[in-house]
Amino acid sequence: MYTQSLNEPSSRPVEALDDAERLARFQARIDAEEKIEPKDWMPDAYRQTLIRQISQHAHSEIVGMLPEGNWISRAPSLMRKSILIAKVQDEGGHGAYLYSAAETLGVSRAELIEQLLSGRAKYSSIFNYPTPTWADTAAIGWLVDGAAIMNQIPLCRCSYGPYARAMVRVCKEESFHQRQGYHAMLSLARGTPSQRRMAQDALNRWWWPALMMFGPPDTASHHTGLSVKWKIKRFTNDELRQKFVDFTVPQAEFLGLTVPDPVLRKGDDGHYITGALDWSEFNAVLKGNGPCNAERLRERRTAHDDGAWVREAAIAHAAKRSARAVA
Amino acid sequence: MSQTQDWPLFEIFVRAKSGLDHKHVGSLHAADAAMAIEHARDLYTRREEGVSLWVVKSSDIVASDPRDSDALFTPAADKIYRHPTFYDIPKEVETL
Repeated sequence: MYTQSLNEPSSRPVEALDDAERLARFQARIDAEEKIEPKDWMPDAYRQTLIRQISQHAHSEIVGMLPEGNWISRAPSLMRKSILIAKVQDEGGHGAYLYSAAETLGVSRAELIEQLLSGRAKYSSIFNYPTPTWADTAAIGWLVDGAAIMNQIPLCRCSYGPYARAMVRVCKEESFHQRQGYHAMLSLARGTPSQRRMAQDALNRWWWPALMMFGPPDTASHHTGLSVKWKIKRFTNDELRQKFVDFTVPQAEFLGLTVPDPVLRKGDDGHYITGALDWSEFNAVLKGNGPCNAERLRERRTAHDDGAWVREAAIAHAAKRSARAVA
Repeated sequence: MSQTQDWPLFEIFVRAKSGLDHKHVGSLHAADAAMAIEHARDLYTRREEGVSLWVVKSSDIVASDPRDSDALFTPAADKIYRHPTFYDIPKEVETL
């Protein structure tokens, strides 16, 4: 159950188990591929890691509605517009599933939203890049959602039950996002010379940021070790990045587009070898200095503030109706 | 920035198709049950996932405590005679 009220510590005295013994039992359950559920004992660090990861994931979905939302009113056909609306609505839904999963760990929705709007919480750096052309929405679906799927499929087997179940739902919908993006990209790639240029330009701008979505290289990632041990993470950042490159390069070739990496080549083992990633750019965007960081947060705050009266009115209306029902 | 209290939490149950049980799918916040139905429709049935919805205030659900799991559920393990496969019946006896 996703009930918050049941997550509160009960008044019953805690069993006489020391932390080491409880920790050993917990790890044994994880090793046996058992799911951890909200009311089960868990180490505080596990809880905090999950709250951080799930809420960042939720924030990313919500902020991720903005770059593509930019094109809803200017989609090139009614069909593309309907598809884009459905996709952006899905992103909002993914945010809602994930916030619910985070709330099972004892944090409130209001707290999480406040962390996002105050700028304290992080979200995926990819959404701080602009979408100046229609081809950007196509590239986002193909590359950004494609990279997200690589990350998310292993999360369906994550040790924390509510997160794993939310991810199953998300992944079912994500495949539509990636395919519609590739389909839109294909239309441009098979279109006029200027449409092909637009598609190539979008690939040029999204390729490297998409690779950085997998996070810092394994040698520099602070969170990987424990997360792997706790089966929150099943593969390292570099493993997933490699898989994404191996899948995506042939897809770009089919489109007749050029991956913007002059040293990209296929190694003897069949895996592609890419040029070096510019992590200074990644870190700058993560620290808030990307092209759109300020704009994204401003838009979220405005939406939140503009909706305040609706949230308050709905509560007042519900209270009035329930008072009338009692009378 | 205005900080409002969260709307109450509701648990959502969806009947995937006629003849099946309602199954728990997740939760959402809503001002009241009527709004929870509307939000559940948008959040959990965008792709024909259901034909009927139940919404229940999370605070109204009482759940068993994982620490009671042994007391509640383990005793059934040594009562294998409750299962039909416990009984060896001669092959000659048909339709049993």
